Amino acid sequence: MDISDYTDRFGLLGVGLLAFAAVLLALYGLAELASRRDRSRAVAFVFLAPAVLFLVVGLVYPAIRTVAMSFFSGDGTQFVGLDNYSWAVTDPDALRVLINTVLWIVIVPLVSTVVGLVYAVLIDGRRGERAYKALVFLPMGISFVGASIIWKLVYEYDASGDQIGLLNQVLVWSGGDPVNWLNETPWNNFLLMVVLVWIEVGFATVVLSAALKGVPTEIVEAARIDGASPSQIFWSVTVPSIRSAIVVVAVTVFIATLKLFDIVRAMTGGHHGTDVLAHNMWDQAFRLGNDGRGATMAVLLFALVIPVVIYQVRNMRSQELETR
Amino acid sequence: MSIDTKAPEAVPTIGESRGERIRRVLSSRVASVVALVIAALWTIPTAGLFISSLRPEDDINDSGWWMFFTNPGSATLETYNYVLYSNTQGGGLIRNLINTIVITVPGVVVPVVFAAMAAYALSWIDFRGRNLLYIAIFALQVVPLQMALIPLLSFFSQGLHIGDVTITPAWELEGVNTIVQVWIAHSIFGLPLAIFLLHNFMRELPGDVMEAARIDGASHSQIFRKVVLPLVTPAIASIAIFQFLWVWNDFLVGRTFGGGEATRPLTAVLGDMAGSWGNNWTRLPAAGFIAIIVPLLVFLLLQRYFVRGLLAGSVKG
Repeated sequence: MDISDYTDRFGLLGVGLLAFAAVLLALYGLAELASRRDRSRAVAFVFLAPAVLFLVVGLVYPAIRTVAMSFFSGDGTQFVGLDNYSWAVTDPDALRVLINTVLWIVIVPLVSTVVGLVYAVLIDGRRGERAYKALVFLPMGISFVGASIIWKLVYEYDASGDQIGLLNQVLVWSGGDPVNWLNETPWNNFLLMVVLVWIEVGFATVVLSAALKGVPTEIVEAARIDGASPSQIFWSVTVPSIRSAIVVVAVTVFIATLKLFDIVRAMTGGHHGTDVLAHNMWDQAFRLGNDGRGATMAVLLFALVIPVVIYQVRNMRSQELETR
Repeated sequence: MSIDTKAPEAVPTIGESRGERIRRVLSSRVASVVALVIAALWTIPTAGLFISSLRPEDDINDSGWWMFFTNPGSATLETYNYVLYSNTQGGGLIRNLINTIVITVPGVVVPVVFAAMAAYALSWIDFRGRNLLYIAIFALQVVPLQMALIPLLSFFSQGLHIGDVTITPAWELEGVNTIVQVWIAHSIFGLPLAIFLLHNFMRELPGDVMEAARIDGASHSQIFRKVVLPLVTPAIASIAIFQFLWVWNDFLVGRTFGGGEATRPLTAVLGDMAGSWGNNWTRLPAAGFIAIIVPLLVFLLLQRYFVRGLLAGSVKG
């Protein structure tokens, strides 16, 4: 294997970086020119131009176009009105996708947040807290695809003989028969969720653990002296004080769950009743070539995030008012 | 992690009865066990993959990875060698590894630089409509990239037309050059979060410093380069790590915009290999670990920055 086989790739990288540097220089020159004439509006324009151009061409316009496409046929030539949407809510396979997605976005944020909170509370102030946290945090650095491979090995099934998957081996050791886990509809959905929970709990733990450190010890102490039990302290002192951190964790995991594609793709390919919106969208558009249905699935996905967007923007506005 | 903690409190509460004491010790035992179980559940699967990757392929196929401990002398790097350099099926991943690197460098540098510029304008240059623009970008953070995939791909492959008017022609990229599409897609999708986080950091900078620099006759681009950038270097580091992890680990964007044989990143090959789990599956542990190890090292070494960014982004937002 010779590195010179890859000169084309590294050459492309070099050219790309040079072109980028040239663009930056040009922008810098323009900004200087505008500054000298004391036109802050023009300076702002130069500073914002690349980002705004990227976002408009790459996100805003495509999003609008996707909405439009959802009213057209698979090849994009015929206007079909709401046909794609009625397909999405009546076709059994599409319905399955919607039901699965709802299960995912309810279960994964809930379980990740609860497990993360319990774990953060359990290890708070314990000896080796940092090591405990690091172990659970580690999966955050692993790609969804990597995590899928890790867990596919855990779920691996052999019809007879020695098991290769840990889960089935444990089952056999305890006297059961091995199960082909990933083919067991609807339970396989929960096994896929385990993978995402496994990744997101680390995030929940780190954020919630930092929030726990911020709970004033005097209040906890006062409650204890007043005779509150640990569970009373937890529910009426700790949880209310870290409420906003809990909401942030749940919302972040919710959005990540909604956009989940990789785990389903790598573990089941959406077969055996495990398809979800983000994966089905990709499948429809890029594997089955039905842009209309793919766009419809994307729009449904977006519709599910809109409440969160509104909540976030409101939150931000009220925060800004407070600081003013 | 970044937060130092005090030694565990073992303060016996005043006036504690024996029953209370037993309950307290017991519940701390239970807590220990639960914490240990969670820690084990979070570690064993990864350890299993790592151990598998070191076993000869026949062994992987015959028995579970825990059987490795009965014969630790069998450890070998043969599978790693095969998946990276072999020219036969399931091998040659070195090419995809290089693709991943070539995709990642601009995929991180471009959005972070553009985001820093935009965040500066949004926090320190006065112009009309600034707040509105910021709120718009803030809201874009949650637009799922799925909303952009189909039109963006056709923007590259067919160009942009309104009616019969061609606004931009098709890019007609081929072979290795298709990577340019992946760069641009990653830059676009990384921008909203990067702008939001950097704006959070830059807004906190003391206004007096900017004012002083401006009175000394510094232009905005000079203030940006000489005052602001040095002050927000830690923030830029944490955002760069975010973006690095996102791009390196990404499957969807790489598969959609650079899915061709010549340009596929490591994750795209692995995702497809894992999806079929065919005869090649014994090579997956090694192949998977090659993809995992780089971000994991970056993650472990730079965790402090990562956590800081995480907390700034999530707790403030």
